[in-house]
Amino acid sequence: MIVADKKPVEEIIEYVKDSSKILVLGCNECVTVCEAGGKKEVGVLASALRMYFANQGKDATVDERTLERQCDHEYLEEIRDIADQYEAIVSIACGVGIQFTAEKYHSIPVYPGVNTRFLGVTEQRGLWTERCQACGTCILAYTGGICPVSRCAKRILNGPCGGSTKGSCEINKEVPCAWQLIIDRLKAIDRLDLYEKLFPIKDWSTDRAGGPRKVEREDVKI
Amino acid sequence: MRLTYPTSVKIVRVPCTGKVDVQHMLRAMEKGADGIYIVGCKEGECHYKYGNLRARRRVEQVQKILNAVGMQSERVQMYNLSSSDAPLFVKYAEEMNDRIKKLGPNPIKARAKSKDQQAA
Repeated sequence: MIVADKKPVEEIIEYVKDSSKILVLGCNECVTVCEAGGKKEVGVLASALRMYFANQGKDATVDERTLERQCDHEYLEEIRDIADQYEAIVSIACGVGIQFTAEKYHSIPVYPGVNTRFLGVTEQRGLWTERCQACGTCILAYTGGICPVSRCAKRILNGPCGGSTKGSCEINKEVPCAWQLIIDRLKAIDRLDLYEKLFPIKDWSTDRAGGPRKVEREDVKI
Repeated sequence: MRLTYPTSVKIVRVPCTGKVDVQHMLRAMEKGADGIYIVGCKEGECHYKYGNLRARRRVEQVQKILNAVGMQSERVQMYNLSSSDAPLFVKYAEEMNDRIKKLGPNPIKARAKSKDQQAA
């Protein structure tokens, strides 16, 4: 999932303090799972904003709405009829949802209520860790299902480097060495032969360095 | 024992303090409660293991939000006691009552009232 983290309420107040009709817009997908932008967080943020305005003695309306997704036309269309009433929308979906909302509702300022962090997993409640950098050319088949691009600080493809110590990365002892994990995993699935092979130079043209990316599929186009 | 505690305290019963959410506390403050205190079992003695510890975290979260919106965070507190300890329950109720009296009414409620009076 896309993992996001809440922005401090103070920062959001700074964005919307001059508006008097605000919509806090949540998303039912990834940000709900990582407890940063779901229906509940919409309620908490809207409540905080209402209290702020009431405490300032300012008449402001803060409404709440949570869409199934903010990254699809059909769900974003659900606010078409009401969007124009608002002077500002605070979207607490991921960066994708925030941008798509802004694209769709061109004349209304859309502010971010979260910091979008990475593609990751819920290791335990309250702990999310990165697993994928969307490099566009997946090599997990050769690395025992553990990604050196997202989990190795150097993104090296023929590791480990000299900084690997007792299974930990040199940047921080808390960070496991991705290549140690890869070797352990390849051993467990009896595929250490894969480790013996030198990795060819990876095709990085599908990574972010090539500018914004797109996927176009003729087979599913209407 | 027949102990008495301040009449300003209204009790909302929940099965465990772990049931109390940030949203519940914020809504109460938004609607004009002068203060909220959550009384849970002693730490380490929760029947549901971590309910009271979760409640404490949530109270801390609400305090942070109240600070951020310019309201006094002391209006929201967490207390722990054994369910059979009535004198301590009374002590906490009095402590909270005194704290709120010192802080005065919820500023949101006070503003809304003065606005109503102006309108009238």
